[in-house]
Amino acid sequence: MLQQNVAPTAAEVSNRGLKRRLRLGERFIEGWIFLAGLLAIVVLLGIIFILLKEGLPIFTHTPPWEFLFGTKWYPVSDPPTFGIAPFFVSTLMITLISTVVAVPIGVACAAYLSEVAPPKVNDIVKPIIEILAGIPSVMMGFIGLALLSPFVQSLFHLNTGLCGLTAAIMLSLMSLPIIVSVSEDAMHAVPREFKEASYALGATKWETIWHVCIPSALSGIAAAVMLGVGRAIGETMTVLMVAGGALAVPASPTDPMTTMTSAIASGIGNAVRGGLQYQALFAVGLILFILTLAVNIIAERVLERQKRKFAR
Amino acid sequence: MTKTVLNSRRISQRTAFIFLGLATAITVAPVLFIIIYTIVKGGGAISWDFLVQFPSQAGREGGILPAIIGTFYLMLGTLVFALPIGVLAGIYLTEYARDNWLTRLINLAIINLAGVPSIVFGLFGLSVFVMAFHFGLSLLAASLTLAAQALAMVITTSREAILSVPREYREGSLAIGVTKWQTVRHIVLPQSLPGIITGAVLAISRAAGETAPILVVGAAFLLPKLPQSPLDQFMALPYHLYTVAAHIPNMPKETIWGVALVLLIVVLSFDILAAAIRIKTRQRK
Repeated sequence: MLQQNVAPTAAEVSNRGLKRRLRLGERFIEGWIFLAGLLAIVVLLGIIFILLKEGLPIFTHTPPWEFLFGTKWYPVSDPPTFGIAPFFVSTLMITLISTVVAVPIGVACAAYLSEVAPPKVNDIVKPIIEILAGIPSVMMGFIGLALLSPFVQSLFHLNTGLCGLTAAIMLSLMSLPIIVSVSEDAMHAVPREFKEASYALGATKWETIWHVCIPSALSGIAAAVMLGVGRAIGETMTVLMVAGGALAVPASPTDPMTTMTSAIASGIGNAVRGGLQYQALFAVGLILFILTLAVNIIAERVLERQKRKFAR
Repeated sequence: MTKTVLNSRRISQRTAFIFLGLATAITVAPVLFIIIYTIVKGGGAISWDFLVQFPSQAGREGGILPAIIGTFYLMLGTLVFALPIGVLAGIYLTEYARDNWLTRLINLAIINLAGVPSIVFGLFGLSVFVMAFHFGLSLLAASLTLAAQALAMVITTSREAILSVPREYREGSLAIGVTKWQTVRHIVLPQSLPGIITGAVLAISRAAGETAPILVVGAAFLLPKLPQSPLDQFMALPYHLYTVAAHIPNMPKETIWGVALVLLIVVLSFDILAAAIRIKTRQRK
């Protein structure tokens, strides 16, 4: 204050220069931070752009209608035909079975961990479920190939155990971690007052779980199911190794089949870059992307709503 | 009368709990079974030679050194590309972004990126890194592809870690006249480091086990020598397991289980490392 009219000292001048340089450096770094923040959008838009650019041209060869509902996938015959109905039906069938198997087990497991199990059991079980989530899908494929498929083959008297059902069972195991953890979070978020009110009415713990916890957490559980479905639709290696790889529209779950993911994985290596098969496989990728995107967006919406429901 | 009702309610509770416990057992048992079975079946295949020799006879004999090295390079590459960008993005979202449409769009992109199937990332990598950037079927293209896939996870975990730093730390720093970036660099980042490292370790563990994308962008089954540059092709553990398990006839069973065991050890040891860091930080707090 006293120095108001005094000329700045040398130290102050150099200090000011330093500050300006610091500020410039800071702007520079903050610019990079902003760009990094945008990268997620860039990558997602990049994926959409690539799938459209490489995949759409196939529709000049095969009209969308024929592509989606055609039952013949003969990429190397002359002339080639590209109908992805076999892949679509296979994906649908395997996803459906794996969801039907995984959801009751996953929700029951979540209810047990959230409401019944003593903390010590939780401390052991939860890390094991995390390990399950970490097991690579190729490993699960190998387990299905080596251990589950002979079992399925002898159980159903099949020519081969490598079929949709085997893949679906492995996928149900793989989608359990996400179903369990998201449903458990949902049940955990149910306000304690709800449960206490139920106990006060004389309900047993099980009655409280069944009539209070699960209904209140229903939207969270629905989101968990959606995320599990998304996982199952997009899973590649397990299906590639275990589902059998037949190219016809499957009539039964015990038929060998090829899903959309395994069609891409098994075909892309042999496809001429930019050729018709290459375009067709990118178009399959596009449909796969749209499906999983829709499933994820719905799951996210439902989760948001659930969060708001109990937010206080 | 009331007694029998009470009794039946107690019985139904007990029955229900048995089923809930059973469901939990069904979830947990396969994990333990897979791990123990793999150790028993594959343990015999693992020897020093198995780890340090090149494969011969289409993988039926010899070792898996190039696959181990290749996977190590892939993990490193993923880390190098995904970690700095992921952390910077995490900083942007927690420290700089305002609550506006752009931020909402970024968050939406992250959530959806996390749900994109791995094979679609493979297609993306093939078209962008292999072809448009002319990296060819190479380590570099595969690392970038895996990094693109890991991005969502690294951003999310960094964001969580940075968010958990108490507000007072930042305010204290800002109050003594320190600039925003200096606050982030010297106060926020060091505090959130354990969380960021946990996320990074999990991301590279994921990258080590990922097969579908590298199948599309250039993993090779057998190569005569180790990759000499980022533009060389590479072998990788998960792709090796896929090929020996699904495509090589007369493959000795023990060797396949041995490859599976090595892959499992690599992936799970990083998962355990991440868990250990998390537990340790929680204890300190």
